[in-house]
Amino acid sequence: MAGPELASTVRLMLNGAPVELVVDNRTTLLDLLRDRLDLTGTKKGCDHGQCGACTVLLDGRRVNSCLQLAVAVAGREVTTVEGLADDEPHPMQAAFVAHDAFQCGYCTPGQICSAIGMLDELAASWPSAVSTGPVRLDDAEIRERMAGNICRCGAYPHIVAAIREVAGGD
Amino acid sequence: MREFAYARARSVDAAVALVADNPEARYLGGGTNLVDLMELGVERPELLVDVTGLPLDDVTEDGAALRVGALVRNSDLAAHPLVRERYPVLSQALLAGASGQLRNAATTGGNLVQRTRCVYFTDATKPCNKRMPGSGCPAIEGEHHNLAILGASDHCVATHPSDLAVALAALDARVDLQDLAGPHEIPLVDFYRPVGDRPDLELTVQDGALVTGVALPPLPAGARSAYRKVRERASYAFAIASVAAVLVVEDGLVSDVRIGLGAVASHPWRARVAERALLGGPATEAAFEAAAEAELDSATPLRDNAYKVPLVRDLVVAVLAGLAGER
Repeated sequence: MAGPELASTVRLMLNGAPVELVVDNRTTLLDLLRDRLDLTGTKKGCDHGQCGACTVLLDGRRVNSCLQLAVAVAGREVTTVEGLADDEPHPMQAAFVAHDAFQCGYCTPGQICSAIGMLDELAASWPSAVSTGPVRLDDAEIRERMAGNICRCGAYPHIVAAIREVAGGD
Repeated sequence: MREFAYARARSVDAAVALVADNPEARYLGGGTNLVDLMELGVERPELLVDVTGLPLDDVTEDGAALRVGALVRNSDLAAHPLVRERYPVLSQALLAGASGQLRNAATTGGNLVQRTRCVYFTDATKPCNKRMPGSGCPAIEGEHHNLAILGASDHCVATHPSDLAVALAALDARVDLQDLAGPHEIPLVDFYRPVGDRPDLELTVQDGALVTGVALPPLPAGARSAYRKVRERASYAFAIASVAAVLVVEDGLVSDVRIGLGAVASHPWRARVAERALLGGPATEAAFEAAAEAELDSATPLRDNAYKVPLVRDLVVAVLAGLAGER
């Protein structure tokens, strides 16, 4: 076990509930979720910020949890795929099911968290590489804004359809 | 990963005091590059000083200039109304980089000091003069298809991966820094050292200097700006070449032009030769092409990256012609 200066007490809000535990400073948020808190919905894909499987919402914004140190997110609010549903699935979860927006499902939690974060960015009128003016959420726009989530099964057409339905786009 | 201690900086002064005298300490910003390099064993700090709580996360007007705090996230900077209005090249460069998730985490200051993605640098089992001075450069004979064609040396052919810094170079941005001697600022283009025989020394500033922000001077009246990036896939990839340009055309003549080139050198490359060739001359495609070729006269392509020479030439022509044609 690490000496006291090599570990830290971390308190954060996780899916609406407070969590407090001592972590080795090397622990990423992803490993904290999966290995210490048994929240295995968030997936480890590349572990280098290149695939998006580990996407969670940090203070409401989508980030790669594999590149966040747990000690550095102390005091912040983390939402994982496990925290999206109330009594009913989140509309994005329901749309992914309705559109069969996955094959193996490994990238799906990251896709869903990313899509939710992406629609909030859209609501805030953030530009993208596809559109710097008013946004029409067509397939090209969704694909660019979701470029940080790789699906090795290639379920992209259905993923795009699911997101388009939730966004109410054309 | 090596074990490390972690501290949250209470002030800029306190952060600099912790890091400046300790070569094994690093500042932690968004972590999108540093944490990855720690996972890879390329960076092995014994102390991380987390600066994300410092009040350096605003974009403010400073006279006619715009001052961007070092902790402004890439996504916030790209979406900022004043950036979009005054410096389209900057917003476009940011949006061309990484992914939505990474832009939400990555900071302005961290972007400038990120490290090359050369596969030998990021593989701690391989020789690399940048990571281990004197160990050699396998890239020169090996995998270098996306490495430098300008300003490289026999010691290193790595490229700087930033899009943001290329736009900042074209905007004549200045970097705000603090070290043990206090705050100061330098032009962004002087922030990076030429490679020479010490590719491990990337910056001109003191070890442990903290980037506190970036200052963007106003563009001349009538200036148009744009960023264009070529990648090996449509999105979410580093550039194989990019161009940031600012252009002012009056009565068909180039009255001001600034060109930054990305993914071609160890640092964002300011194309001064091309700029001098264009200034005062006609804003025509022929002139743009001649200027780009003049800049690329000094190119030293390797076996597998000679394609970048005509690519950069054509990219410069396309971007400048696009700006000259905008009305």
